[in-house]
Amino acid sequence: MEKTAKVSRPFMDDLKHTAFLWRRSRLTMIGSVIIVIFLLIAAFAPLIAPYSPVEQNLSIKLQSPSWQHLFGTDQFGRDIFSRVITGSRTALWIIFLVSVISGSIGIIIGVTAGYFGGIVDEVLMRITDMFLAFPSLVLAMAFAAMLGPNLTNTIIAISIVSWTTYARLSRAEAIKVKSQPYIEAIRAAGGGNLRIMFLHVLPMCISPVLVQLTLRMGTIILTAASLGFLGLGVQPPTPEWGAMVSDGRNFLIDQWWISTFPGIFIAFVVLGFNLLGDGIRDMLDPRLRR
Amino acid sequence: MELRGKLLDVSGLKVSFYTYRGVIKALDGVELWMDSGERLGVVGETGCGKSVTSLAVMRLIEQPGEIQAGKVIFNGKSLLELSEENMNRVRGIEMSMIFQEPRSSLNPVMKVGYQIGEAIAKSKKMPIKKTYPEVREMLKLVGLDPDRVMNSYPHELSGGMSQRVMIGMGLATHPKLLIADEPTSALDVTIQAQILELLDELARKMGNAVMLITHDMGVVAEFCDKVMVMYAGNSVEYASTVELFERPLHPYTGGLLLAVPRVGRTDELKAIKGTVPDLVDPPSGCRFHPRCPRVMEICKENRPPLVQVEPGHFVACYLYGNEGEVKENA
Amino acid sequence: MPDTLIKIENLKTYFPVKKSILSKKLFVRAVDDVTMEIPRGSTFAVVGESGSGKTTLARSVLRLIEPTSGKIFFDGSEILRLKGKDLLDVRRKMQIVFQDPYNSLHPRKLIKNIIGEGMKIHFKITENEIRDKISAVLKEVGLRDEHMFRYPHEFSGGQRQRIAFARAIVLKPKFIVLDEPTSALDVSVQAMVLKMLKDIRAQEDLTYMFITHNLSLVDYIADRVAVMYVGEVVEMGEKNTVFNHPSHPYTDLLMASNPIPDPKFQREKRLLKGEIPSSINPPSGCRFHNRCPHADQKCASQAPEMREHAPGHFVRCHYPL
Repeated sequence: MEKTAKVSRPFMDDLKHTAFLWRRSRLTMIGSVIIVIFLLIAAFAPLIAPYSPVEQNLSIKLQSPSWQHLFGTDQFGRDIFSRVITGSRTALWIIFLVSVISGSIGIIIGVTAGYFGGIVDEVLMRITDMFLAFPSLVLAMAFAAMLGPNLTNTIIAISIVSWTTYARLSRAEAIKVKSQPYIEAIRAAGGGNLRIMFLHVLPMCISPVLVQLTLRMGTIILTAASLGFLGLGVQPPTPEWGAMVSDGRNFLIDQWWISTFPGIFIAFVVLGFNLLGDGIRDMLDPRLRR
Repeated sequence: MELRGKLLDVSGLKVSFYTYRGVIKALDGVELWMDSGERLGVVGETGCGKSVTSLAVMRLIEQPGEIQAGKVIFNGKSLLELSEENMNRVRGIEMSMIFQEPRSSLNPVMKVGYQIGEAIAKSKKMPIKKTYPEVREMLKLVGLDPDRVMNSYPHELSGGMSQRVMIGMGLATHPKLLIADEPTSALDVTIQAQILELLDELARKMGNAVMLITHDMGVVAEFCDKVMVMYAGNSVEYASTVELFERPLHPYTGGLLLAVPRVGRTDELKAIKGTVPDLVDPPSGCRFHPRCPRVMEICKENRPPLVQVEPGHFVACYLYGNEGEVKENA
Repeated sequence: MPDTLIKIENLKTYFPVKKSILSKKLFVRAVDDVTMEIPRGSTFAVVGESGSGKTTLARSVLRLIEPTSGKIFFDGSEILRLKGKDLLDVRRKMQIVFQDPYNSLHPRKLIKNIIGEGMKIHFKITENEIRDKISAVLKEVGLRDEHMFRYPHEFSGGQRQRIAFARAIVLKPKFIVLDEPTSALDVSVQAMVLKMLKDIRAQEDLTYMFITHNLSLVDYIADRVAVMYVGEVVEMGEKNTVFNHPSHPYTDLLMASNPIPDPKFQREKRLLKGEIPSSINPPSGCRFHNRCPHADQKCASQAPEMREHAPGHFVRCHYPL
């Protein structure tokens, strides 16, 4: 309502407001709980998993779920529960690195394009458009196939196809910010382009990109799983959910559990990230943030 | 209870907004009244609640805000007790409103003529097409060329023209009361003068009352018969315009008038020390006491009620021997 | 002849507008042939309505927008030709305070860093010296030391304008452009900010260009005034001369439209008819002729030159009042 002086830090203030809105949205809470569980599982995977995720024991292959093997065993006699739990680490690692890499590429390209405008903007944005012209999964497959299938290359391939969103977002933000009087004031004080761009414009683009990153984390898992499923992603024996679903394809009729459990985990974590992402987007909606 | 105003009488109005910072008591016992055909100026600074008051009278307070207490008697009806359906018959028909940003109050994708027609169609319950002759009359009345404006979209009009359209729309249903919320604040002075002149002329012709919400003392002096001064969600002083400018009683009103610059004034402007209070945690007693140059002990504890100290001059201040206090209900 | 600090000659700032590929290139003639002199140590007010070009003029003088043509002299040196270090040095001597206190301070930076930024660019000094200077300047504008470690949103509009002003004067400039510095503030706060501006001008020996649409403020703060209409200066001179004897019909009607906070003051109602024309395609001849009560054939066809109507009083009108 009125703009009187508030005595608090913007960060704490933001946090308090966010907590206030968070408590009002049940779906966001469910999303957050799923993600927290996911993070805990990944953190304590070696403690939770009862067996080694990679050790083969053909004498117990293709066993149905039981108390001994909660999710059953696969065609090599590996405990699926242990593999699914350990697979969460792979997924988390991919999410983390892809977010950092694609976020940084996107923000630097976007801010440069938005801040300078003109020909720089034109060139950088047309490059971005080229990446956007292909369906991202197809492009990721192409890159993964070209680079060779392994964990590092999966991460690179997904990063290459996903920075575009952040570039466009930070470009828009940079265009908005660069014409603000507080930036003009620095120019009036004699600040140069690089100083203004990196010290004053870029920091303003970070939070919208962070929000978008959370929104897209579900997609990252899905892309990684798809690559894994197609054999273009993480290679065996490293447990990866997509590859595990793919492993169970041939046994789907009689040994449903091999594909089903990793599939359920993919579904839940993606759902968790999507609910959380939607919630965060709503929380940052200026109409609610008054 | 006897009504102070024949057309509109607002008493004890309280509105709060629920935010993460706590409850903002935007209005805390607002008093306001008007007679038919009168022009009342509601003045005050940012956050005093003048706009919220107008929205509350129209019952347009939305989440997270809530009208918590008070009475709004308009034209013999108690508005806060009406059903939403009946309120809809009052809103835009017996009482209408224009806003500060005329362009954002018009629908950008509909032609201007259609939008005014819609307002008339609603009150007369007739098809929009049939209202067009009346719409053209209305446009002429607000000084626009119907041939040009009927089929224009809002973005084709300037700020001043859009405000004329808004006024036409507001008055098309011959309401008894037009609430104008800072109608000229976004406009240039020469256009402001045109719009005030138009409001004045139309009010004379159509006999409607005008509640003009503004922060500009100059606009009040030029346009209004009566003035209500608001501060931090309270009504603090009410008088006729001449009386108020000549003999302001409340220290806040006095301070405000001394702070207003005007052509021909080169002496030091006097500011009111301090800042507007935070309405999450307003000062105890009189809301103005921390900034008041004439504060007394009683002001810090009790909140003075708005009482008549001279014929037609009401003030909420203990300097004038007001006994009693406003009941604070938790 | 008073000592001139800023001299502007035939300044033009045009912006290209894209209409369509086929039609010929159009320009917004935001500032069109402005000439003025600002004496050292004075406050020069530029008054105008929206579209008059007053804000573009202010930004052009500081080279925040590059002017299309013309000359600007600051203390004798022509600043439109300066580059590199010389330009940086002039930048320090000319500062600006913006209209909207809510977006003229970086929302994510501490007050200390907002005020200190300019010093880091211009002076080779240590963090401690910066701290001392900030502390001194905060005191000068009526704030306290502890405010250094707060963020802009913790301040009210009036306080933010003080901070913006502190940011400007900490660089020890000679000239400050004040772009409607109080139009977003409440009257009671405005009075305090205006008083501060006036006091500091005297103390620091500053020269102000005060951009405003509010005539009432001009009388309080300015020594000289220029009235702008659709990119041109139509009248210019000593404040008292212009206010007591407005000679351009536009100035006259502008003053008549200004509401007077005195209900007893009865004046003849004289309204300025019509709308402000667009500066893309301004009216032929005198730009005011289509709204002017005194206009005739000559006004419609022939653009008037700026003329010295009385000593030091310039008017752009064929038939000055």
